Amino acid sequence: MSESLRFSGGTSHEVTVHIDGEPMRCRLGETVASALIANRVRLLRHSPRDRRPRGAFCMMGVCQECVAWVDGAWRQTCQTSVVDGMAVELDRTP
Amino acid sequence: MNAPIASTTAASSADVAIIGAGPAGGTAAVTLRSRGLSVTLVDEAPLPGGQVWRALPQTLKSGAADRSPDRIDGDKLRGALANSDVDWRGDRRVWSVMRDPQGFRIDALGPSGTETIRARSLIVASGTHERTVPFPGWTLPGVMGLAAATILLKSQHVLPGQRVVVAGAGPLLAAVAAGILKAGGEVAAVIDQNGALDWLGASGAMLSRPALAIRGAGWVRRIVGARTPVYRRHCVVAAQGETDLASITIAPVGANGAPRPEGRKDLTADSLVIGNGLVPGTEITRLLRAEHRFDRDLGGWCPVLDGGGRTTIEGLYVAGDGGGVLGVDAARAGGRHVGETVADDARAVANRSERRPTSRRRPRFGAAMAHLARLRPAHVASIPAETVICRCEDVTRAEIDRAIDEGADEVNQIKHFTRCGMGPCQGRFCGDIVAELLALRQAGADDETTIDRARARIGSWTARVPIRPVPLDSLIGDFDYADIPVPPPAPL
Ligand SMILES: Cc1cc2nc3c(=O)[nH]c(=O)nc-3n(C[C@H](O)[C@@H](O)[C@H](O)COP(=O)(O)OP(=O)(O)OC[C@H]3O[C@@H](n4cnc5c(N)ncnc54)[C@H](O)[C@@H]3O)c2cc1C
Ligand code: FES
Repeated sequence: MSESLRFSGGTSHEVTVHIDGEPMRCRLGETVASALIANRVRLLRHSPRDRRPRGAFCMMGVCQECVAWVDGAWRQTCQTSVVDGMAVELDRTP
Repeated sequence: MNAPIASTTAASSADVAIIGAGPAGGTAAVTLRSRGLSVTLVDEAPLPGGQVWRALPQTLKSGAADRSPDRIDGDKLRGALANSDVDWRGDRRVWSVMRDPQGFRIDALGPSGTETIRARSLIVASGTHERTVPFPGWTLPGVMGLAAATILLKSQHVLPGQRVVVAGAGPLLAAVAAGILKAGGEVAAVIDQNGALDWLGASGAMLSRPALAIRGAGWVRRIVGARTPVYRRHCVVAAQGETDLASITIAPVGANGAPRPEGRKDLTADSLVIGNGLVPGTEITRLLRAEHRFDRDLGGWCPVLDGGGRTTIEGLYVAGDGGGVLGVDAARAGGRHVGETVADDARAVANRSERRPTSRRRPRFGAAMAHLARLRPAHVASIPAETVICRCEDVTRAEIDRAIDEGADEVNQIKHFTRCGMGPCQGRFCGDIVAELLALRQAGADDETTIDRARARIGSWTARVPIRPVPLDSLIGDFDYADIPVPPPAPL
């Protein structure tokens, strides 16, 4: 995870999350949104009306820009901690 | 909230319920417990601390202990709560608050379903959310809030990008830029809406809190030491990129806070963190129909409070930045003070004696910082017509102006004309800007006194449940519709 935007240790607690089927290594304790940002994945969805590209904005569970389909349900990824084996689908049309 | 949500409902009751476990709510809880009242403390975060004292998950801790003042103060609060028998309910998102014959009924969604908490008194200590004045391109991935960046840095140890522009107004600017540099990141530039003179104007108040002033000076030293370009009296006027941020345009601002047409400059960056102050989260006090007033310096609409944090509703109190943005020190002191008031009031009720009136001065340091980050009407007036104002529904300024042309003269009408504010963020991000746009039109001027009068007249959105988005299935049992966290559309 050397190329990532993470800036401190914690590698002893690694888990794997699947982003659109691709495995992504994360640290336990991270939220899905910050793990994605750390791996430079920032386009999370398109806005429903005009289909404009969107990414996490508030990180505090208010703006809803980070919503993705996580293990079969819509979740705010900034409020959802990574779990080993979790499946995340980005930019799914509701 | 990761666990599958079962449709169970648990109920409990306490003398006092507190929503929000930041410096204000956490301190109030400890204070009340020491006065012998039973306390239930609810927060959607897994650990107490709130925004400024947000905890770093155990698994992300590295060898060297973090000795920053925020971490130390947060650990102190977490320790005090753990050693008390405050009924701590983390990971619980409050989605409804109602009055009931015994006092208040609070409904929260937690890891094992919905929970109902009943309490005689309620302290709302739910803090704030961030405000960003929209500009073309602010919806691009790679653009994020300034306060949002503090969460990434503090509780996740992740940088917002490779090359970050830090922009906006107020003390978080220096805190975030210094935080990125300390973590080994690159700050392409700091764009400060205020100039040296504005900061000088605040310096008297800063001297009232030497420890905080010294901490601020440390941030500035780090920024200067890294030779980071600092653009004073500038703001971001556009962000460019296809599906990701690639560059931004900045402009000098005039005395009224609006960008000027000349002197624009492009900067390349893959990340922009930007914030124009904080707005008190008043959805609970509005839902309960407490009285509110507009105070630009305190962040906008604030509940009307007496010196002890009492609202205009019996038994309902507010502590911390949710009552007006004054910063962490005021939030902690306010939490203690409001805790004492609630305990005194409970005793007065029991003894059928008079309630003691309480008074408090507005802390100078926090007030000076909030003043620097206040919304500038002329800045809002300068937003180009094609700019998205409401992110949820992609409503542009031009559409809002058209609704006003067509006769909308109140914010709830603009909502019905344009769908602005109807999306899942429930208007938290656009509300302040929409009201300001309407005030600018109605007042026909952009000086703060005139606009403030118009804002007071215009009001704010009507608050509705759920106050925080929750999956519908967890509220109504087995619900097989796609459980998108979208609140029901508001009736006219
Ligand atoms: C995102 C963000 C980051 C910030 N970072 C800093 C910083 O780094 N430094 C600084 O000096 N100031 C920061 N601030 C300013 C902040 O307002 C502080 O001054 C301080 O945290 C205020 O304390 P408080 O107790 O009033 O509220 P907060 O600390 O904001 O605490 C409020 C708590 O209420 C909870 N809450 C709110 N609504 C609900 C609900 N419906 N259900 C359950 N729980 C709820 C929240 O999870 C939160 O823990 C930040 C503000 C924000 C919005
Ligand atoms: S980033 Fe705003 S809700 Fe997650």
